Amino acid sequence: MGSEPSGEVYLPDTVRTAVKVLVVGPFAVGKSTFVNTLSEIEPLHTEETMTRDGAVVDDLHGITDKTTTTVALDFGRRTLSDRVVLYMFGTPGQQRFLSMWEDLAHGALGALVLADVARLEDSFDVISVLEDRGLPYGVAINDFNTVEIPPHEELREAFDLLPEIPLVTCDARDRSATARAMVSLVEHVLASPLQHARESA
Amino acid sequence: MSPPRRRDREALVRPYLITGGRAHPTRNTLDLTTLIQATRHADPSLLSPEQRRTLRLCSGGSLSIAEIAAHLELPASVTRVMVADLVDQGHLATLSTEWQQHGPDRELLQEVLDGLRALR
Ligand SMILES: Nc1nc2c(ncn2[C@@H]2O[C@H](COP(=O)(O)OP(=O)(O)OP(=O)(O)O)[C@@H](O)[C@H]2O)c(=O)[nH]1
Ligand SMILES: [Mg+2]
Repeated sequence: MGSEPSGEVYLPDTVRTAVKVLVVGPFAVGKSTFVNTLSEIEPLHTEETMTRDGAVVDDLHGITDKTTTTVALDFGRRTLSDRVVLYMFGTPGQQRFLSMWEDLAHGALGALVLADVARLEDSFDVISVLEDRGLPYGVAINDFNTVEIPPHEELREAFDLLPEIPLVTCDARDRSATARAMVSLVEHVLASPLQHARESA
Repeated sequence: MSPPRRRDREALVRPYLITGGRAHPTRNTLDLTTLIQATRHADPSLLSPEQRRTLRLCSGGSLSIAEIAAHLELPASVTRVMVADLVDQGHLATLSTEWQQHGPDRELLQEVLDGLRALR
């Protein structure tokens, strides 16, 4: 299946609102694949410059090459209605990238955590960080067909997921599967108590 | 197979505090997904080549800051600063991102959800 990149660079004139979702997970778990499958544009990437101690830099004055490092960030876009566009950022989950998150996570609807059953534990740290930060998240198990996928209850226990956190199995190369994973996340965001509090505020 | 458990590791790996020392309190109104458009009456004569490239790209239609950075092959952070300057000078304008201050409302989320469901 897969997306049909429109080849169009610019957004439709009517679009006024951008929403953002992070697609996070360990090395080679399928983040870029997932984003590209749902994206309507060719994969794009940019880089963030960070100091070695982890701060995102936006003013290069007085900072030398020795103290900075760059992190590649790939992203895609999907126009969802006349007014709204979704941006998806493939975000490395390794510890040294966590400060970059702070910036990316600002204003994000939530995060989708990708995991590989053959190495579930590689996705644990990222979940703890999301919980600390209070960013809504869902978990998508990417099926690499190498290990049999355990029953969902067992996976939920492994991740220690609260009952309301969505958990789906997914193939990052398949459009229906990736769309379904996104749907489960947004449904969760809509149902969250925070969302209700906002409504009544 | 019994999968490993996340909480078992907590004794070993404490949850990280994302401190990260934000180096730049000034420009943080511009997000990577802030949408940008060129304004009609901008006079580019005093701009640097880099700024003109940005204006030329943006005059074709609206784009996010992340896309501007990607197309110009500039670091996101540098792009953010340059776009902020161009907005201050009236060459570029940001489209509404009001909800980003308070979080998305129900109506917006429902629209996102409907759009995603149509993709399945
Ligand atoms: N079978 C299967 N293969 C996948 C799936 N998702 C990704 N792959 C393959 O796994 C490899 C890694 O995928 P990427 O999308 O590059 O992973 P990534 O998380 O972006 O990797 P890094 O950015 O290097 O951390 C590629 O060869 C993909 O084709 C999946 O759901 N199923
Ligand atoms: Mg990648």
